[in-house]
Amino acid sequence: MLRFTLRRTLQIIPTVVVVAMLIFVIFSVVPGTFAASLFADGKRAADPQMIARLNEEFGLNKPLMERFATYVTDLAQFDLGTSFRTRQPVIDLINDRIWASLQLAIAAMAFALVVGVPLGFLAALRPGSVLDTVTMIGAVSGLSMPQFWLGLLMMYIFALQLNWLPSFGYGDGSFRNLILPAVTLGVTPLALLARTTRAGVLDVLNADFIRTAHSKGMSEAKVVRWHVARNALVLIVTTLGLQFGSLIGQAVVIEKLFAWPGIGSLLVDSVASRDIPVVQGTILIIVLWFLVINTAVDLIYAAIDPRIKQE
Amino acid sequence: MRLGFNFWLGAGLTALVVLAGILAPWIAPFDPVLDADLMNSELPPDATFWFGTDGQGRDVYTRILYGAQISLTVGVVSQLINSIIGVTLGMTAGYWGGWWDDLVNGVTNVMLAIPSLIFALAVMAVLGPGLPSLLVALGLTNWSWTCRIARSSTLSLKSLSYVQAAQTLGYGDLRIMFTQILPNIMGPILVMATLGMGSAVLSEAALSFLGLGIQPPFPSWGSMLTDARQLIQLAPWVAIFPGLAIFLSVLGFNLLGDGLRDSLDPHMRTRNP
Repeated sequence: MLRFTLRRTLQIIPTVVVVAMLIFVIFSVVPGTFAASLFADGKRAADPQMIARLNEEFGLNKPLMERFATYVTDLAQFDLGTSFRTRQPVIDLINDRIWASLQLAIAAMAFALVVGVPLGFLAALRPGSVLDTVTMIGAVSGLSMPQFWLGLLMMYIFALQLNWLPSFGYGDGSFRNLILPAVTLGVTPLALLARTTRAGVLDVLNADFIRTAHSKGMSEAKVVRWHVARNALVLIVTTLGLQFGSLIGQAVVIEKLFAWPGIGSLLVDSVASRDIPVVQGTILIIVLWFLVINTAVDLIYAAIDPRIKQE
Repeated sequence: MRLGFNFWLGAGLTALVVLAGILAPWIAPFDPVLDADLMNSELPPDATFWFGTDGQGRDVYTRILYGAQISLTVGVVSQLINSIIGVTLGMTAGYWGGWWDDLVNGVTNVMLAIPSLIFALAVMAVLGPGLPSLLVALGLTNWSWTCRIARSSTLSLKSLSYVQAAQTLGYGDLRIMFTQILPNIMGPILVMATLGMGSAVLSEAALSFLGLGIQPPFPSWGSMLTDARQLIQLAPWVAIFPGLAIFLSVLGFNLLGDGLRDSLDPHMRTRNP
């Protein structure tokens, strides 16, 4: 188990390096520099001297290879560069924001787990029942819905009409501010979890070893607890890990909708203002986060199901 | 091959979106961009404006009909690009193996490490907003799964006797891939593409909502929702109808894809609904 853990953890490094290179390449082909784009709105006449000065300051007039070398050396020292706009280190900007994002992601996943898994479980134990039908229709709808639209509707109903919850913002960081964005973000993983849990439990229920357990006189409750829950768990953990990527992606939209001060809204704002170092840094941190989660999922997975390690 | 109720519901919804997009110039009562009249802004739904009017006094129903054109274009073109990239890489990697296989696998793994909406957002940041950039961004985003499926299907077909017979007859590699292997992996690829259309439409809506996709005044369902946050208190219909259009069309693609998958692969059948 230790060797497996070590190997999987070390595998993160080459992937991050390649992603970092990919990000650098993508953003080096941006037509026009940041300095030039400052004047692109046409409100001020472009000042060639000022453009030259800004390019000099950010080192944008150096050859591509030299810039790449600087980027890699900085990165190796965990330096993500300096924001074009605020002149602050990118890592500080991300530091200020990442806690809010973590809070939102964890709350959304917790909501999805606490509601989705029991729903899928109950649906599978009573196939064809009203609960089963409603859950599955709900799941298909949840997967087809634009999440930010659902967020808008919930904002309208619970914040603007009923006045139960704040409509947007972080507030003083209270739980009330977290509810609407977290529920909105949790809907898609919830739907997927309900669906996979149901499918997984149904598969296990039809397996031979369940029939054996029944025939040797094991009680229903015990069968469910010992065999069904354990085997369905593998599927649930996998779904959770796979879902995390799209959750992080969707979080960008949801953070923007609810004016949530996380790294997602930082990313969108930086894209809009062409603050490339912040865009690059934020994407890199998001990818790193995603890889860490995936590795953790793999490890949990191997701990639950010993068959995996051999692969 | 039996197709269930869900498949037909999905096909019906998809047909509705296609008809709305094609017939928009004839059945839409107004012009989606030019018929803006501030005297008529934020009117609730009535006999003239079926879905009400938006902040600029444009007919929401008209804009939704035209929006179908953008969503369909995005869905179809992006999935076409996705499938071509995914199938080409996956099939050749599975067939040739060796260093090429390792390379393709490596690239696929890197792509899977980047959440797809984040990747699309990065590409949009580079290319700038607009429909062509959207098509490129979403076309480059989701081919990894297609590639994996094409690769593993090719691997299992490679050892079958009819492929080996073709090799014995001296057929070239490309000829074997395109005439012997491709037709046999089209099923799962088609399912992936159909399901991918749904996620492409959702991604387009999200990017346009963020102001990075289709730019106003063009009627994309996502960009129609950009103003909705400010208007929702006064004019909730501005938020409700475009979202409903996205929801129903994505539901259509998803049910269609699920139905196709179930009929192609009975083992994957998700017991109704």
